[in-house]
Amino acid sequence: MKFTCLGKGGGFHYPPCHMLETCGFRILFDFPLDLSALRIFSPVPTCFSSSLDEETPSCLGSDCQKGEENEKPLIANDLIYAEPWYKTVKNLHLWNAAFIDVVLISSPMGMLGLPFLTRMKGFSAKIYATEATARVGQLMMEELVSMHMELRQIYGAEESDFPQWMKWKDLELLPSALRERILGKDGGELGGWMPLYSAVDVKDCIQKVQALKYAEATCYNGTLVIKAFSSGLEIGGCNWTINCTKGDIGFISSSIFVSGHAMDFDYCSLKGNELILFSDFSSLDATENLDNDFSVQSINDLSPPRNNSNNCEEFTRSLLAEDNLEEREKLAFLCSCVVDSVKSGGSVLIPINRLGIVLQLLEQISDALDSSNMKIPIYIISSVAEELLAFTNIIPEWLCKQRQEKLFSGEPLFDHVKLVKDKKLHVFPAVHSSELLMNWQEPCIVFSPHWSLRLGSAVHLLQRWCGDQNSLLLLENGVDAELALLPFKPMAMKVLQCSFLSGIKLQNVQPLLETLQAKFVLFPEELKQISFSKANSFSLLCYSENETLHIPRLKESSEVDIAMDLASQFHFKKLKQENISVTRLNGELSLYHGKHRLLSGNKETRLKRPLVHWGSLDVESLLTALSRMGIKATVEQGMSDCDRENVSLVNVHEPGRAFIEIKPASTVITAGDENLASLIFEAIGSIVDGI
Amino acid sequence: MAIDCLVLGAGQEVGKSCVVVSINGKRIMFDCGMHMGYLDHRRYPDFSLILGSGGSGFDQALDCIIITHFHLDHVGALPYFTQVCGYGGPIYMTYPTKALAPLMLEDFRKVMVERRGEEEQFTSDHIAECMKKVIAVDLKQTVQVDKDLQIRAYYAGHVRLALEHMVSSKPFLPSTIVIGAAMFYAKVGDTAIVYTGDYNMTPDRHLGAAQIDRLHLDLLITESTYATTTRDSKYGREREFLKAVHKCIAGGGKVLIPTFALGRAQELCILLDDYWERMNLKVPIYFSAGLTIQANMYYKMLISWTSQKIKETYSTRNAFDFKNVTNFDRSMIDAPGPCVLFATPGMISGGFSLEVFKHWAPSDKNLVTLPGYCVAGTIGHKLMSGKPTKIDLDKDTQIDVRCQIHQLSFSPHTDAKGIMDLVKFLSPKHVLLVHGEKPKMATLKGRIQSELGIPCYDPANNDTVSIPSTHYVKALASDTFIRSCSHPNFKFLENSLEDGNGGSRFKFGNSELQLQVTDERVAEGILVMEKSKKAKVVHQEELLLMLGEKEHKVQFAYCCPVRIGSLEETKSTDITPTNNRLCVTGRCLWLRVLFARLSSEFSGGNIQDFGEYLQVESFQVSICSKDNCPNRITETQKNNSEDVVYFCCTWSIVDEKIAQKIISILENFDYSTVQGTGGFT
Repeated sequence: MKFTCLGKGGGFHYPPCHMLETCGFRILFDFPLDLSALRIFSPVPTCFSSSLDEETPSCLGSDCQKGEENEKPLIANDLIYAEPWYKTVKNLHLWNAAFIDVVLISSPMGMLGLPFLTRMKGFSAKIYATEATARVGQLMMEELVSMHMELRQIYGAEESDFPQWMKWKDLELLPSALRERILGKDGGELGGWMPLYSAVDVKDCIQKVQALKYAEATCYNGTLVIKAFSSGLEIGGCNWTINCTKGDIGFISSSIFVSGHAMDFDYCSLKGNELILFSDFSSLDATENLDNDFSVQSINDLSPPRNNSNNCEEFTRSLLAEDNLEEREKLAFLCSCVVDSVKSGGSVLIPINRLGIVLQLLEQISDALDSSNMKIPIYIISSVAEELLAFTNIIPEWLCKQRQEKLFSGEPLFDHVKLVKDKKLHVFPAVHSSELLMNWQEPCIVFSPHWSLRLGSAVHLLQRWCGDQNSLLLLENGVDAELALLPFKPMAMKVLQCSFLSGIKLQNVQPLLETLQAKFVLFPEELKQISFSKANSFSLLCYSENETLHIPRLKESSEVDIAMDLASQFHFKKLKQENISVTRLNGELSLYHGKHRLLSGNKETRLKRPLVHWGSLDVESLLTALSRMGIKATVEQGMSDCDRENVSLVNVHEPGRAFIEIKPASTVITAGDENLASLIFEAIGSIVDGI
Repeated sequence: MAIDCLVLGAGQEVGKSCVVVSINGKRIMFDCGMHMGYLDHRRYPDFSLILGSGGSGFDQALDCIIITHFHLDHVGALPYFTQVCGYGGPIYMTYPTKALAPLMLEDFRKVMVERRGEEEQFTSDHIAECMKKVIAVDLKQTVQVDKDLQIRAYYAGHVRLALEHMVSSKPFLPSTIVIGAAMFYAKVGDTAIVYTGDYNMTPDRHLGAAQIDRLHLDLLITESTYATTTRDSKYGREREFLKAVHKCIAGGGKVLIPTFALGRAQELCILLDDYWERMNLKVPIYFSAGLTIQANMYYKMLISWTSQKIKETYSTRNAFDFKNVTNFDRSMIDAPGPCVLFATPGMISGGFSLEVFKHWAPSDKNLVTLPGYCVAGTIGHKLMSGKPTKIDLDKDTQIDVRCQIHQLSFSPHTDAKGIMDLVKFLSPKHVLLVHGEKPKMATLKGRIQSELGIPCYDPANNDTVSIPSTHYVKALASDTFIRSCSHPNFKFLENSLEDGNGGSRFKFGNSELQLQVTDERVAEGILVMEKSKKAKVVHQEELLLMLGEKEHKVQFAYCCPVRIGSLEETKSTDITPTNNRLCVTGRCLWLRVLFARLSSEFSGGNIQDFGEYLQVESFQVSICSKDNCPNRITETQKNNSEDVVYFCCTWSIVDEKIAQKIISILENFDYSTVQGTGGFT
């Protein structure tokens, strides 16, 4: 068994990507896109179009300045003015896509790069995703394609396969901050850039995905039994268990114990696996975020790690429910900021693409508006919003307990159904749709993609409102916030940066792993130092990006189930060694749902004579045994080659002629008659052990 | 260990489904229904039978309850069992069943108490408390009830098999009849069973593959309603229904559709709503009670549990958003003009549907559609049996019946073919029939036993059927054994003819090649049982190492004399050695002759030529030059030694057959045949 981390990702939108080899199969976990890398590109230039005509040539003219050692801070014109390319997991091209057997998709975000993979020549892996992930993922990809089309219309069709900005000459001239984003620290990431897939690629990709129900046990090739259990991160987000003859494996992606939308992290179902692959890097992002200091207004929502003295047994939901409380408080704070903003006449732009967060914000903001008696329209502008909202209301199986209770009492799962009905919420496919223009009213609250602030209607609205000091931009926290806002500077608009819980909190990692009772835990090297305060009950194997780790065998031995009817036919033979009985097997060995089974075949049973003998053959005993069978034999003395002392020769006279040559480790029977030979063989079998 | 099935209900009858199955010590109750035809103690299953002589409670006696769908004859006794009898263990049902069962139960309770004035068996609170104990499951979700017991739900709405072909090109009405209806699979250790509940095998052209896996089952417990009737096409029935409704409203009449709130109402409503759209009809469709409207809310959220066709509509327009359907008010009963009204209860046994019936029945313009099955004693039953012109409601009231009656024959149950197909597909070791009429069950039982050769039972209520369960003996297995079994190593035994001109080149030509594939890798495994250790399977090559013993090879030998006559003059020129190996001319030559001979006559294995000797599996043959070879049995005359070549053979017991064949070839070896078959020129 081997494990390779292909990329540790970064944040909620860019989950990690791994490769596991077991039972002769290669399993890829997730294939995301690094959409934060889009920020090196210039956004859709609608408002700036007049200035751009002048700026673009000057951009080329100022090349010499950019190459200088002491760089000036980045300015908007430094951004690449070209049709964007998309950054995938850099290390996957080191692997042959045709040799991947299984792809497991843990969340909609982990699916965004998938069309790149499925369109590769020779790709034939089976892709599994939960039905909710498959649907939400498809909609997200379709949205991405449609947003990209808008940019393509501006830049026109691409001239060559290799864009100008990717040429070394131009790359050298870029400011180092951007260059590093393109090339990575070691320059190895350039190969990860791709032009976006098409709508057809997305369709083909989705057709290859096998959608799974909650905890549905699916079997790959009779060998791997694969199940998905909710991770709580996002609707349809899941962790995996893989059962095979080599052992049971649990895969933990970023997970949230108690969620306000998705079904909670079902960690109990991950118990009892021999190996846990821990792939939740969220606490790493959280600590990184702490170090970041922005000039923009931000809420410090990260409480210092609690002093966790709880041991494994006390690892209960009551402790974990605090996460949810904290998140709820956070959302409440955001709502109050939103209401304050619209009260002062400013509009609010919320370019947040986390489905669960959007759904909860919608409910809470409308509640907050109601309670302060304000009639402010809420808009959602996205090509897939209508379908996405409709979908969220028909998947109670993937929602948290409170939402499921709503189902049982006959209420809609999310309030947006009612909001649309009451005309408080308006859903439009695009910013230029005529219905939107007829309905438009400011101040308003707009949910709109894309969080990178380079694609989608958010760009237009940001350009519209960035100069308005009463307006508010709600931005997800990320290292790139400075770069994200660069093209919109100077900004009078208020910016509220917020981070949401995106995984297991650091202090809960160790108790969780103790609870799961695994033999081995594969754990990110980066997190090792900060995660474990005391000794573990499991052995820890640490992995780093792009390093292949060999995992020790999980089970001492394979197992085989022998059908009772077959086993009852076995004839056991008691050996001279006490307490041991042996029997030769028959039947047919099959592999069914990851288990070896020996079933009775319909072949005729073989002759019951032993094929292997061991021990030494005593000549005297043999003579006795032979005579009991009515065979007369004598030990021949003084043979010509009897100088070798430990050779005895037995001459058989009756009923026919035969010789038996006995050496310490072998016996040779020579007989003219087959039956006699068989009798002698039988006699030997009665003296030495054999099977 | 065995499987014991205690049939508490629906044994040789329809109503109060309830089977308690013990599998290897785990006890599961499948369904907890009530009988609609009885008002006394026979209404509920006799739960006391679950408790053995031990006197412990139901919680100890049962590990879980599984409810297949929300019909009262499957869930009706549940609140009574949990709240009155006091069962507190887990209860499993699908999401739609959990959502809709309380509606059914509450509706039933109301009818019982408010309309019939009976003493209530359970209260609204009982229903609510009972439902709190229910764990909702998704289809195919593998639920680990405890360490040993695993259950899984399969879609029963559209169970259909891959082998079925679609005949009709017309759209079917997808079955939404019992949303969330499931078959349940339960497994304890190595023993597995499936309990079907009610299911529908009517093909739906939108569903592709089978909805239940091919499972290794010890027992299938299946319903057997409509066991011997094969129904006409669903499409035909739908068209008939729509035609009748359209004709009535076209003539200005009113259509009364008495239904229960769930299931049929939604099915017919989708049908009508769709028809209204297509025909651009403006006649209003009404729902009588808030209950149905509320039920539609559930159906909207649970749309993914309906058929594929309906499911796909969710984003554009949820199929359960009925455009043409509005609420009905009592004051509208006598309003003029045509309309369609859905009213509860279904069999016109009382309530609103009876009230409307009283008003509408006297007009011959109006239409009443009746469900396929009505319980005796209801107005619906009276209308179905013959064509009465007057119905006595009670002593004082008599209704003139002039309206038209249309009988719907839709049924959520499967037919004999459907049951046979399912049994055939699942191929269980045993079948147990429940939920059917006794004579029909007997017929079906006969068919299953004779046509499918599967033992089949149809126990009466309160009977127990015991069948053996499957067990596996667990053993550890060495990697070498698993590897040797998993990698293909077939032996190909072939009959082939040698082409003399081409040396040892094989030519398959027009001679038939007989290929025999043997695979006896499993027999290389040895099961070793050692006291106080787990049984282990090892490969025979590993056995000695494991036992710490040294092999004692037992071999057979035979030095076979072959008379060859005087051949000296031909052998050096005619027979060209196949390779350049250096060997003593005479000895090697005879081996080549033998090789050629074996190649043409021997078919039991692959003959390899190693120069000094030939080998087939463990059988080796070489030319013996020793005068007193120990393997020589036959006394030979020394003076004839010129004419005799000794072929010394050794082999192991495995290849005894090969040895016998080759030696018999050797013994019949004479030069003339060599010449003949070898084709020397």
